[in-house]
Amino acid sequence: MSAQPTQNAAPDLVNIEVDGKPIQVPKGSMIIEATDKAGIPIPRFCYHRKLPIAASCRQCLVEVEKMPKPTPACATPVMEGMKVFTRSEKALKAQRNVMEFLLINHPLDCPICDQGGECELQDLAMGYGRSVSRFTERKRVVADEDIGPLVATEMTRCIHCTRCVRFVGEIAGTHELGSMDRGDRHVIGTYIGKSIDSELSGNIIDVCPVGALTDKVFRFKARAWEMVARPSGAYHDALGSNLWLHTRRGEVLRVVPRDNEAVNECWLSDRDRYSHQGLGAADRATKPMVRRDGRWLETDWEDALGTVAARLGAFTGADIGALVQPSTSSEEGALIARLMRALGSVHFDHRLRTLDFAGAAGGVAFELPVAQMERVGAALLVGSDLRHEVPLLNHRLRQAWKRGAKVYAVNPARFDFNYELAGQFIAPPQKLVDELLVLAKAAAELGAAPADRALADALAAVQASDAARAAVKALKDASSALVLLGDAGARHPEASWLRAIARYIATATGSALNVLPDGANGVGLARVGVLPGQGGLDAQAMLAQPRRAYLLYGAEPPHDFADGAAAGLALQQAEFVVAFSAYADEALKRIAHVILPIGLTPEIDATLVNVDGTAQAFAAGARLPGDARPGWKVLRALGGLLKAPGFEFVTLAELRAEIAPALARAPQAIAPPLAARRAGAALARLATVPIYRADAVLRRCAALNAHPLARSVAVRLNAADAAARGLADGDRARLADGSTLPVAIDASVPAGAAWIEAAHAETAALPPYGAAIELTKA
Amino acid sequence: MTSVVNYFRSLLLGELLQGMGLTMRYMFRPKYTMRYPMEHIPKSNRFRGLHALRRYPNGEERCIACKLCEAVCPALAITIDSAPREDGSRRTTRYDIDLFKCIYCGFCEESCPVDSIVETHVHEYHFEHRGENVVTKPQLLAIGDRFEAEIAAARAQDAPYR
Repeated sequence: MSAQPTQNAAPDLVNIEVDGKPIQVPKGSMIIEATDKAGIPIPRFCYHRKLPIAASCRQCLVEVEKMPKPTPACATPVMEGMKVFTRSEKALKAQRNVMEFLLINHPLDCPICDQGGECELQDLAMGYGRSVSRFTERKRVVADEDIGPLVATEMTRCIHCTRCVRFVGEIAGTHELGSMDRGDRHVIGTYIGKSIDSELSGNIIDVCPVGALTDKVFRFKARAWEMVARPSGAYHDALGSNLWLHTRRGEVLRVVPRDNEAVNECWLSDRDRYSHQGLGAADRATKPMVRRDGRWLETDWEDALGTVAARLGAFTGADIGALVQPSTSSEEGALIARLMRALGSVHFDHRLRTLDFAGAAGGVAFELPVAQMERVGAALLVGSDLRHEVPLLNHRLRQAWKRGAKVYAVNPARFDFNYELAGQFIAPPQKLVDELLVLAKAAAELGAAPADRALADALAAVQASDAARAAVKALKDASSALVLLGDAGARHPEASWLRAIARYIATATGSALNVLPDGANGVGLARVGVLPGQGGLDAQAMLAQPRRAYLLYGAEPPHDFADGAAAGLALQQAEFVVAFSAYADEALKRIAHVILPIGLTPEIDATLVNVDGTAQAFAAGARLPGDARPGWKVLRALGGLLKAPGFEFVTLAELRAEIAPALARAPQAIAPPLAARRAGAALARLATVPIYRADAVLRRCAALNAHPLARSVAVRLNAADAAARGLADGDRARLADGSTLPVAIDASVPAGAAWIEAAHAETAALPPYGAAIELTKA
Repeated sequence: MTSVVNYFRSLLLGELLQGMGLTMRYMFRPKYTMRYPMEHIPKSNRFRGLHALRRYPNGEERCIACKLCEAVCPALAITIDSAPREDGSRRTTRYDIDLFKCIYCGFCEESCPVDSIVETHVHEYHFEHRGENVVTKPQLLAIGDRFEAEIAAARAQDAPYR
């Protein structure tokens, strides 16, 4: 039977026949895509559905009728009436011969290779390899390069499929790997012997079909067959990447991505992949602890919870404040809100890093879903170091850029992007709003004036620049455009202005507005009501007007707070601090009175709501250490002791059913009147949260913090600013509080800004983002 | 007639004498039994007794922590933890065999790519305390060191058939 064109074929489909089976596939697709869709296996090494085609391994050779030689299925487009034979004598012979050549220089050291048992070469060699090698000559050996603390290399095993080279070039965008030389001297390497600095570098482990690139943290720990894969989710950014926890005896040994085209495709950021190291940190809290007469005593749950219930019950409601880490699960969040209401308090908040709360509705999902971000024609980033804030969102924008999208940025520094920006508007933190106003003015020239009076007045005073007009025109002309307010914008001391102007630009240009929520579950926590109630104090006000008692949920002072010094002071002075925490470090022991050990997201049943507003329920995957318990169970027990309403549920399913309607409800964005602008300082602090120090778990990951992206602590200054203060690169600068920090001259920092990253021991207690910084030579 | 023959047979104790004759014959034949603790019956070079971990002649342990023995063990008697050693090589940090679980099938020995885990001819051992049934890596290496000559000889003898 030959494949005849059928009458009902859609115009963009062609009919082909594979092994006698007729199939219809889209025009222009490759044979291997057609066979994959039809479930017909073809061996391959270099082909990867998300990477450009190289056709370098030749393992996918198939026979095509009327073609004189076998042809690679990954690089042969389908044609009407094509007849493909994947298992014919000729095809199989070609595949077997290719396998023999691949194995010539492969060391066959499977017993000591970490890929052993999950190796594509091993699997295919079972089907296509000879049982005995005919090659008796010496095998080649390739010297290894140290490419950093995350990826281990064993380049002798490499079969030159170039998947890693294509990944680093096309997806990560850093072009740090390449093929050198030819023939048996062909090697894959960095050439200059430097480490891979990409924030997505771990994915080269997954794409590598052999054991040339393996997980360094996981090195030699276990075999693929020993581990149990449990589905879970990432909790270090709001994307909510899907992942598999590979566990053995309840311990997470490794994390690999779980395919979800709407969220993370088949990739995973290094932050999510390697953060499991923090689960087993030495200072994990394993037993409830109570401070009595200045001494910490380990105790049992009954005693600890009894103490907490008795002490909390003794305060009046308004004296108690709750500070909730924004990656806390929605279930725990709902219970905290219920508990606080039962205690008579309206002071609870999860937006610990936010400085300006006006107009921050919370719980608002992205207007343009993540999956569509790679199709935008133009994008404007407002205050966003997106590559470090949400690495895989930046990857989506990079894909858009590769398709020709123009990306503009209004930023407090020249952040490092792995694509070319069409335009950059850089201003120090105290002038960031003015810079964005210039763009808003250009948008205003298109027609609609802003509704807000303060904004209209501010616009009247600025002049649009040609660069700003070009950016606004690009947004306006694009079929799909995006304005994205990142963490450096949303955490800005004048965030309400940035938010309002971004909203205005988006409306005027017909773009979607995506605002990054605070933390991994900011959307979910806001929707279940972990926001100050009527008359309640927000996270900053709770510290500025200290409460007598605090409930600290997962938050690690001072690192998790926008103003670490204020947080430290308020908590230190409080009469009673109960810390629900996975870690019991010395800093926490100094301020807390009771430490209740709770589980982290991989260890508990948790529902996180991602930036798209999708509630993703993850089951517990890892074993809880010691006597630690899931937070919702601890809260339920505490609620029961306090006889609080809303704690009558028995199973988690009941609680989830109760909060499901709230999680699905998208709140309306609110636009309150804008506050008066603040006077700018001469030198203001730019405080970004380093990529690998965003939360307590990450701060305990040794491998991530040894990565080049985790920069050392420094005051980064513009050369002019440094010279004006008599500071040179490498000097130590004295700050107003007397502490000293090394100075780094950084051309990416604009004049008037001092870029001091947050969440380091040396920097956490410094004045917050946007505050004036005084520097003198130490 | 038959009854008369039977009568004389029983009268002359013929069957008894036949039996005594058999006893007499065996009395002067070589004996099958052994005085066990003092004497041993010969053992096959393929005998599967107590386990041992072997070393190379330079003293380096053979085991590379590939975990094939752990995977193949039908009784789940082997537990291995592995980690990179200081020199970066792949080594076990724990190699436990639970001798109560072990069924002495020899699969571990068959699966080992470096002839590290072997079953020796030793079958006389006992435990005095709870927990001693789990033999650890140092113990297994010590057994290997003690019986290396015999282990090597047994492997050499079997080599043509493997």
